[in-house]
Amino acid sequence: MTVNFPKVPHAANTQPLKSKKQSAVAAFFSNLMRSWTGMLGFLIIVLLLFISIFGQWIVPYDPLLADFGKKLLPPMTDGHLLGTDQLGRDIFSRIILGARISVIIGVTTVLIAGTFGTIVGIISGYFRGWIDVILMRIVDVQLSFPFILLVLVINAIIGTGLRNIIISLAIGGWVIFARVIRSEVLALREKEFIIASVATGVSRIGILFKHILPNLFTPIIILSSLQIGTYIIAEASVSFLGFGVQPPEPAWGNMLNEGKDYIFSSWWLITFPGIAIMFTALGVNLFGDWLRDTLDPELKGE
Amino acid sequence: MLDYVIKRLIQVVVVVLLALTVVFFLIRLSGDPTALFLPPDAPREQIEEFREKLGFNRPLHIQYGEFMVNAVQGDFGQSLRSREDALPIVLDRLPATFQLAISSLLLSLLIAIPLGVLSAFKRNSVFDRISVAFTVLGQAVPSFWLGLLLIYFFAAQLHILPSGGAGSVVHLILPMITLAAYSVARFTRFTRSTMLDVLRKDYIRTAKASGVPTFRLVGRYALKNSLIPIITLVALDLGTLLGGAVITEVVFAWPGIGRLLMQSLMNRDFPIVLAGVFIIALIYAVINFVADLLYAYVNPQIRVK
Repeated sequence: MTVNFPKVPHAANTQPLKSKKQSAVAAFFSNLMRSWTGMLGFLIIVLLLFISIFGQWIVPYDPLLADFGKKLLPPMTDGHLLGTDQLGRDIFSRIILGARISVIIGVTTVLIAGTFGTIVGIISGYFRGWIDVILMRIVDVQLSFPFILLVLVINAIIGTGLRNIIISLAIGGWVIFARVIRSEVLALREKEFIIASVATGVSRIGILFKHILPNLFTPIIILSSLQIGTYIIAEASVSFLGFGVQPPEPAWGNMLNEGKDYIFSSWWLITFPGIAIMFTALGVNLFGDWLRDTLDPELKGE
Repeated sequence: MLDYVIKRLIQVVVVVLLALTVVFFLIRLSGDPTALFLPPDAPREQIEEFREKLGFNRPLHIQYGEFMVNAVQGDFGQSLRSREDALPIVLDRLPATFQLAISSLLLSLLIAIPLGVLSAFKRNSVFDRISVAFTVLGQAVPSFWLGLLLIYFFAAQLHILPSGGAGSVVHLILPMITLAAYSVARFTRFTRSTMLDVLRKDYIRTAKASGVPTFRLVGRYALKNSLIPIITLVALDLGTLLGGAVITEVVFAWPGIGRLLMQSLMNRDFPIVLAGVFIIALIYAVINFVADLLYAYVNPQIRVK
């Protein structure tokens, strides 16, 4: 193939001007303002991040401090906004601190699963050949087992705790990234500007870093934002089942697990942590959907 | 087509064997369970005897080979607790899980398809907006929490339904709703978007212009053409339903495979865990297999590939 228009395509592609960067931020917000669901999701995420960073200075009580004289107080009594649990601990404080656990687990898992899955996807899609066949077989096999069960079984066997639940979720989650990134890379390889670069003699590694990687940014961001919600709900489910994050650590899932024994007498124990999980998942999902529709209109509505 | 079927069948076998292999090694690498069954001050001979009896003292690859040879014949050893064969214990729980999963599936289809069709047909109406809001919310509510809320309202407050257990149709109601909720949200959303695609097609516009009554238009032309992708999605989603069933079973003390698996994981009763993983992986792989065949049957492009 003798394509002969050197440098122009990727030169235009790799030199974002400073003013362009600023307008990107402005475009982001003006776009966001137009969608109230995206805005709602964005606000929930900002609130969640704020709480998980500054939570320890907001909480009115020590979330781990038991006070048996004050156990199972209903909401709005004795200075306890959302009441107290079976050990007399302040539920509001525990939910605030629980946000940090959810955020840490969601973000860390996405970083690990996303990085590993992306690397596998790039290797598979860019280099093809036997390594692609092997890697994609592994992905196929894993995708044919229910995600939540996989996480549960792995976590139950390797042991509970924050670190192990992150490992379990990452083992369960990387395959989605590998699958999606591989197909993105395959599509990119066929694009004219890549073919042109090959023709002008840019090395394989050079093309990978200069052209493939920057163009993977959008799909990675979209997928990550959609996966965080999945991981947070999965962690809550696993912790609810008695694995995952263990008491007395205030994870929303294990708060519900402890609260379910008091369901006939104290409704607030099973109500508020669930609302927290629901709003978090709602915020992340709404924002993720908006992001996908905005950045990649082709995918709109699944 | 036959090539494709054979290829996919081999894949089913590989998936199940690999699932067993991974879980086997995870279990062995996390330590042998001897310590859980004998007191910490048990004499050395007793520990050795126990390990000898259960075969934990031999090299790992020998244990693995023997395990796999027995497993493919349906022998997963005996439950470490009850000393009964593991596989029959698991199979005993299968009907309960199927009962829950199938009734939830039917319930969600009965709700989701009419809702999605109506939503698409009355696009941007109040009804459509409410239904879309519900589907978004429904996908954000974790099923175990919904289960707790239902127990609170219908068992703790109204005293009209049992909070758990099995035995009658009444016991099935709450777990069935809990498990169906997420599928209702997903299926409604998908039915709506599929219907919207179909409604945009030329033949629908032609039918509309030539005065076909609305009811007939939906039933005869639009729904028929969107049913195929919907069925495919449903088949592909059955696995997720199966995963959700595990959690729902625990919430409602429903005596299915999921609850058994959870209890065995808690007790580190590994023969049962392995037999359970085997059955779940097998069901899941077979469902995927059937879904793929269905899909290939509908979409000739895949058959050729």
